Amino acid sequence: MMGHVWTIARRELRAYFATPVAYVFIVIFVALSGVFTFYLGNFFEREQADLTPFFGFHPWLHLVLAPAVSMRLWAEDRQSGSVELLMTLPIAAWQAVLGKFLAAWCFIAVALALTFPTWITVNYLGEPDNGVIIAAYCGSVLMAGAYLAIGACISAACRSQVVAFVTTVVVCFGFLLAGFPLVLDAFAGWAPEVLVDTIASLGFLTHFNAISKGVLDARDILYFLLVIAAFLYANAIVLDLGRGN
Amino acid sequence: MIRAESLSKHYGPIRAVDGISFTIEPGEIVGLLGPNGAGKTTTMRMCAGYLAPTSGSVKVHGFDLLTETIAAQKTFGYLPEGAPLWGEMTPRAFLDFIADVRALEGERRAERIGKVVALLQLESVLDQRIETLSKGFRRRVGLAQAILHDPPVLLLDEPTDGLDPNQKHEVRELIRGMSSDKIVVISTHILEEVEAVCSRAIIIAAGRIVADDSPGALAAQSDSRRLDRVFRRITTGEPG
Repeated sequence: MMGHVWTIARRELRAYFATPVAYVFIVIFVALSGVFTFYLGNFFEREQADLTPFFGFHPWLHLVLAPAVSMRLWAEDRQSGSVELLMTLPIAAWQAVLGKFLAAWCFIAVALALTFPTWITVNYLGEPDNGVIIAAYCGSVLMAGAYLAIGACISAACRSQVVAFVTTVVVCFGFLLAGFPLVLDAFAGWAPEVLVDTIASLGFLTHFNAISKGVLDARDILYFLLVIAAFLYANAIVLDLGRGN
Repeated sequence: MIRAESLSKHYGPIRAVDGISFTIEPGEIVGLLGPNGAGKTTTMRMCAGYLAPTSGSVKVHGFDLLTETIAAQKTFGYLPEGAPLWGEMTPRAFLDFIADVRALEGERRAERIGKVVALLQLESVLDQRIETLSKGFRRRVGLAQAILHDPPVLLLDEPTDGLDPNQKHEVRELIRGMSSDKIVVISTHILEEVEAVCSRAIIIAAGRIVADDSPGALAAQSDSRRLDRVFRRITTGEPG
């Protein structure tokens, strides 16, 4: 059953690396994360041996770059017609959905892994808590996964990759913002605490910040996994609706 | 065996396919004929499980395409209209991928890949990106994909579209050379193709079957014994 998932994932992953776009993307990802950390994050001026400024920007970095990775997943196949080939091969829709998603996730994970010089730097300069850093990396991967699942689902509904990209950024921004003080403060004054807590609990930032502080709470991990599962399920439904038209 | 029962596909008020029924037995090479927009591709897509019918059903080897999609899809090879492929792959990587999906392993895998590569003369382009290939080569890569697992049923949507006369001839030879216990369904609007390879012609117009007979018997309906006259009379109502 998983065999086909890997077959699809391998093909998709190769498709990413078949063009220079993948390498350009990885360079931009690594470069931006460096710029954010060392310039905007005042990494040196803080004189603290941790990667808080590095991970602090990941929700925003992923917000722009994850949709760029996910936008082609289905829209490209729909545009070129190869989705017809894919859907008429003896592969279940969920296998194709999962395979494509895993390929995109692996791709982001590779890009993330290539930020290791930052991690080496902070270990060279001081004695950071590497457990916290590993937890934060896990959180970053999970959050990227959630963005990608949203993006994959939206890509399946689009023929144009540009439309898929823009829509995904907007939707992901909403999820990110749901836990942001900007939104919460607007509710905090008058809304019942339950509502505020619910909105806050839906935000990516709240969960990511918890994990990136080194607190690997099962609920935060579960939250991201549930978001991924929900959107992949929606992705399969979108494909099935396509069969009806 | 392929059995379609009152197969329909409606898009809002448009009846792309409007209640067609047919049964195709092993050994038949069927040409699905019709003017552009008659519903050929929609019919093929429903047979391949890509589109769900609005009503009616289609079964391949007893498997319903709507409820037993995967089991049905294992029994056939399908060339979609326009032979869409993944342009960034090479034919070698692409056929490898298809062999994985079709669960071809070991000796049989190597044998089948070697066979289709030879049959469709793909050796010279095996390591070129598909997007750089000519239309003729792309079509042949698409055909190679469809016949890779030596399926008992072959569904080919306009298999010779975009090929030059020599390539057309070769593809027709290929279809004719399929073993006699297979089902081949080709959709086309090229009448000479039907006369050249098909044992049966199903003519569709406006989503309905308007004729279903051997090409010879259909041609005999015209005084001039020409299939194109009969086709025009049946699909447009003009005297042939």
